[in-house]
Amino acid sequence: MSAPVIFDRSREEIEEEANGDVFDIEIGVSDPEKVGEVDQCTSLSMFSKSEFSVKRRFSDFLGLHSKLASKYLHVGYIVPPAPEKSIVGMTKVKVGKEDSSSTEFVEKRRAALERYLQRTVKHPTLLQDPDLRQFLESSELPRAVNTQALSGAGILRMVNKAADAVNKMTIKMNESDAWFEEKQQQFENLDQQLRKLHASVEALVCHRKELSANTAAFAKSAAMLGNSEDHTALSRALSQLAEVEEKIDQLHQEQAFADFYMFSELLSDYIRLIAAVKGVFDHRMKCWQKWEDAQITLLKKRETEAKMMVANKPDKIQQAKNEIREKVTYSGRQKCNKEKEILNRSLKRFEKKWEDLRQKERVKDFKTVIIKYLESLVQTQQQLIKYWEAFLPEAKAIA
Amino acid sequence: MWGLGTRTTDLTANGVPHHKSGIQSKGEAARARRGNHARLQPSCISADLPGDSSLWVEISDAVSERDKVKFTVQTKSCLPHFAQTEFSVVRQHEEFIWLHDAFVENEEYAGLIIPPAPPRPDFEASREKLQKLGEGDSCVTREEFAKMKQELEAEYLAIFKKTVAMHEVFLQRLAAHPTLRQDHNFSVFLEYGQDLRVRGKNRKELLGGFLRNIVKSADEALITGMSGLKEVDDFFEHERTFLLEYHIRIQDACLQADRVIHFHKTGLAEGFNPISAALNSLGTQEVNQLKTSFLKLAELFERLRKLESRVVSDEDLKLSDLLRYYMRDSQAAKDLLYRRLRALADYENANKALDKARTRNREVRTAESHQQLCCQRFERLSDSAKQGKPHSPGAPACRLPTLPGSLFLSSPELMDFKSRRISSFRKNLIELAELELKHAKASTLLLRNTLVILKGEP
Repeated sequence: MSAPVIFDRSREEIEEEANGDVFDIEIGVSDPEKVGEVDQCTSLSMFSKSEFSVKRRFSDFLGLHSKLASKYLHVGYIVPPAPEKSIVGMTKVKVGKEDSSSTEFVEKRRAALERYLQRTVKHPTLLQDPDLRQFLESSELPRAVNTQALSGAGILRMVNKAADAVNKMTIKMNESDAWFEEKQQQFENLDQQLRKLHASVEALVCHRKELSANTAAFAKSAAMLGNSEDHTALSRALSQLAEVEEKIDQLHQEQAFADFYMFSELLSDYIRLIAAVKGVFDHRMKCWQKWEDAQITLLKKRETEAKMMVANKPDKIQQAKNEIREKVTYSGRQKCNKEKEILNRSLKRFEKKWEDLRQKERVKDFKTVIIKYLESLVQTQQQLIKYWEAFLPEAKAIA
Repeated sequence: MWGLGTRTTDLTANGVPHHKSGIQSKGEAARARRGNHARLQPSCISADLPGDSSLWVEISDAVSERDKVKFTVQTKSCLPHFAQTEFSVVRQHEEFIWLHDAFVENEEYAGLIIPPAPPRPDFEASREKLQKLGEGDSCVTREEFAKMKQELEAEYLAIFKKTVAMHEVFLQRLAAHPTLRQDHNFSVFLEYGQDLRVRGKNRKELLGGFLRNIVKSADEALITGMSGLKEVDDFFEHERTFLLEYHIRIQDACLQADRVIHFHKTGLAEGFNPISAALNSLGTQEVNQLKTSFLKLAELFERLRKLESRVVSDEDLKLSDLLRYYMRDSQAAKDLLYRRLRALADYENANKALDKARTRNREVRTAESHQQLCCQRFERLSDSAKQGKPHSPGAPACRLPTLPGSLFLSSPELMDFKSRRISSFRKNLIELAELELKHAKASTLLLRNTLVILKGEP
């Protein structure tokens, strides 16, 4: 039994929040690699239709992500990160500014959401998740309220994050497993390097835009000069030069666009991915801390019990024993142990997955985008050649 | 005080700099050896200078010491008024300026376009940058430091070569001009072995010069506004309108071109640097297939940067310098027109004075001779500007300035200006286009090669 092709195309329209401003964005999510996956459990096709579209708010995406994260993160799966909320960006959009930066922002967001969905559905486990299916299929979704950036839940989450950071600073993990430590360090380094690269690519985009503006100004100036030149052939050549410069200015603008959408965005994605991975490590740390704490408490209780034994206060002994049993039951400790075991196992599994990820998706993804980017650079150079070749005879015609 | 040691053939600084202690080199001289003379000449200006080999001037050597540049001016000539056929002297920038001013202030040459003076050698920006580099930025790695130092040194050298070229072109134009080359001061400049003892203008003189310029432009405005003064010659009317507008436009174009070059250099070209560095460090860390890709990309961006730098410097030479030179030259042409206009105004005034004297019948003689002088001067300037060789002084009768037709005697100054301009622009625009094409093709090849490698890897 083979599952049918699950999606041909699944289109989604996103409706941005409140204030009556509606921005319709279409995302195409195509998933050809799903063909041939066999689902042993059901004989039904997983989805009722082969092509469908739903409207989703940005907060719905965040809600989906937090659900998936809470379910799968602690089991060791890398849940693809969702795009960030941007208060500044959204405010601009809400206020209705029609300038290029707000359309850029909307476009940025659309592309990021598309990539997010594509990553998520690539995961065989995540694909089978009922929440995800509900997200993709059902026409009405319960509103995910606690994803609002400034909501109470949002603030609570921020506080938790801060507490986590403090926690990390104070506890010192005795890493019995050197592998984890090494991997963690590697991720730290990778994160730093990617951030540096990302910053420099963004700077390049800025520089190109600046250059484009100045080239436009020069083009105008050259045209004026051509006008005032009284030798006809030279005048014409100067006007042609002005035209060439104007076209070059356009070229720079387009290239800046490509710089950004291909190269820079790719890097942002990977930086966020690394952050998700770090999340897994952090979770592991927290688990370990809980286990440690439980250990310490148990130890203290045993000490108390021992003291009681020495002091020979039978009733107190009984009390202590009860406390031990209460506070730290065997099953409780077992549970913490078990969690640690699960985490260890899943992180080992993650190691394999990580190698997978690196070999397949990451390499292919990165390379594909880089190749596209380089090809855009080649295009620019080809255009430059065209323009200057057209200009050369004009210059030679000056007599 | 700070000096830089560089040689064109062998770029070494004094010792290997430890990047904490900074660059040490004091008093070492920079030399620009003129191996290939054609290479150093700024092609934008030296185009078609009428040459006869009776007077050949070049700057064969130059030394940069502290804040002075010393040029070695070499002359080869078979002209009789020189003592030898080959000789050379050492001159500094101030002496060039002195020579230029001597020409400008000389009444005999009022009808000629005086070649614009070379700009002062300005290494300030470059020196500051090198000094900052020397003071040491501890976050810069050793390789980055070496790279930056090399680039700054190359920049310093480029500025140096340019200033040598500018000074040389000034002298060569003088040598090529049939009238100017015979000037006594020029011979002294070329021949006199000792220091000309020309000090740079002190502040008072600079101020004086500045004020004179203001007075000149005010005067010009006044003259043209004068009700009685009518330009009687259409040719000059046309030239004046043309030159005024042209000068403004070319000034603006020069400014814009400079800005483009600035942003291209510091923004785009340099922007590839941190990308390359970051890719490199990513490449050295990665332990899988992406490693080679990262390193290849790092190399690609490094080479792209070098290509872009070359594009920028070519644009600078062919476009920016061209515009700048003709901005100055058009100013010199404007000056000529101003002098002529001034002469016309004087002539008109003299006419009025003569009339007044005649009616009063007093000092008629002096008024007459004055008027004649003015007339002659005016004619001389007009002829020289329009037609060429000035009339010999003491022409018999004074006539109205309109001259029928255009009797071509020798190169008329304004025509000369035009033809120089046209051929320079032609040459430089062609070279600019060819160089842009060359670099774009090189970039394409580089990118394509990298793409082949990246696609080829599994």
